[in-house]
Amino acid sequence: MTLTQQRKLKTLLVGLASWAIALLLFFPILWMFLTSFKTELQAISVPPQFLFEPTLENFGIVQERSDYLKHAWNSVVTSFGSTILALIIAIPAAYSMAFFPGKKTKDILLWMLSTKMLPAVGVLVPIYILARDNGLLDTKLGLVIIFTLMNLPIIVWMLFSYFKDLPKEILEAARMDGASPWGEVTKVVLPLSVGGIASTGLLSIVLCWNEAFWSLNLTASEAAPLTAMIASYSSPEGLFWAKLSAASTLACAPIVVFGWFCQKQLVQGLTFGAVK
Amino acid sequence: MKRSITRLLMAPSVLLLLAWMIVPLSMTIYFSTINYNLLYPGRNNFVGWLNFEFFVTDPGFWIAVSNTLILLISVLVITVVLGVALSALIDKPFHGRNIVRVLLISPFFIMPTVNALIWKNMMMNPVYGIFAWISNSLGLEPIDWLSDYPLMSVIIMVSWQWLPFAILVFVTALQSQDTEQKEAAQMDGATGWHIFRYLTIPHLARPIAVVVMIETIFLLAVFAEIYVSTGGGPGYDSTNLAYLIYNQALLQFDVGVASAGGLFAVVLANIVAFFLIRAVGKNLTV
Repeated sequence: MTLTQQRKLKTLLVGLASWAIALLLFFPILWMFLTSFKTELQAISVPPQFLFEPTLENFGIVQERSDYLKHAWNSVVTSFGSTILALIIAIPAAYSMAFFPGKKTKDILLWMLSTKMLPAVGVLVPIYILARDNGLLDTKLGLVIIFTLMNLPIIVWMLFSYFKDLPKEILEAARMDGASPWGEVTKVVLPLSVGGIASTGLLSIVLCWNEAFWSLNLTASEAAPLTAMIASYSSPEGLFWAKLSAASTLACAPIVVFGWFCQKQLVQGLTFGAVK
Repeated sequence: MKRSITRLLMAPSVLLLLAWMIVPLSMTIYFSTINYNLLYPGRNNFVGWLNFEFFVTDPGFWIAVSNTLILLISVLVITVVLGVALSALIDKPFHGRNIVRVLLISPFFIMPTVNALIWKNMMMNPVYGIFAWISNSLGLEPIDWLSDYPLMSVIIMVSWQWLPFAILVFVTALQSQDTEQKEAAQMDGATGWHIFRYLTIPHLARPIAVVVMIETIFLLAVFAEIYVSTGGGPGYDSTNLAYLIYNQALLQFDVGVASAGGLFAVVLANIVAFFLIRAVGKNLTV
């Protein structure tokens, strides 16, 4: 074998191995997707059916059985609401830390990060009692507040790193032209960092959408987002795999697609910029 | 700009996070020292260390501690070892690399409750699941995963979720590896294994440390997967600390003991957080 042939063979083998492993890891998702188009009988057939006549009836039943749209709406409101709220709170903080850093800025950033390390279960009881006493148990507002606080450190951190990378010269030029601090922010900083803000928001939506601990513990039938609604399918009242799959597919599809688009931000956000 | 204005801009974030940290935490500390059961309100006398004693002598405590550690270490080993191997594999060019990458990271975006239900039902069910079908096809007895190997089942679910995260971080890190260095090593006759061992692994040392620390924070608190799939059982076989505390608080309504357990979890996480913050802080330029 010549060297080029050898190299080609190697590329082929690497490709085959990668594809095989990727398909293996992706299989549960694919299987969930396929099962959502089966009848309940097909869903539990042995051996498993890979070819079948697809049906859409599960999606309708899911809506009837567990009021899917209400829970989807809860997910939308809590994840978008808390993301917007957190961005409004975080942008001024990130702006002032990035452009006017003081001696304590680094300490404040690290301290913010440390609040993210507090395990949720350590404050489960007080949060539950506070929510109960303030009428926030099983409300969307309660979850929005929790999600906002939960993601605030990541959001401040990510915005800070975006703002810090903006060219300082542009800001100086704007200041020379007599821009007020307010004009500087609205006319220069925000337009330049739209991309950064958008991907920060996207990451926050993904994290809120998939949040399960607080959703399961603080909501019941009224405000339960999709994560908690899906959990109701674990009850042993029967095998509803096709319906479970239909509900899960609807719940996960938008976020998986979102996730594909914000891979890079995800790494930066979740590792607090330690890996670029 | 004046210091006072910058302080004003930071104030909402700082004050909110301060409240988010201090209020519940001090409540947890307070509850952990009193007798407080939601079923018997009004009997909130001070009991000192009694709650801690109760939590630590709970029959599930040591099982939960060991389960928490087994879960943590197994998932860390699986995700880091496979993560490094797979990211090194797909770092090389081949057809459809982008699609492979998308497929590999997708499980990370599946919500934990869905993750647990897919595995519990469609994969691990001893009669209708895919695993049972594979076992039967090979002429083996199907395994009842959730009853016979509950902790391992949870480990599989959680690893499936976090392996993509490790891959994602390592792939990102590998892109910044010096290709010239690799080529030079190849010219000098280094084998693929040598390059991997002496160039790639050292390059990944830092990302590996970061992945280990971040996963540790999340893995110490695994909850939804257990809640949905095994419910901590059978017995205490798949109960971890987070689930034990939840069990004390919202199933047995014993706020005092649950708070004592919560503090225990906080201390455990803080030990890890200390190292993570030091590692991240070193990299932070203001």
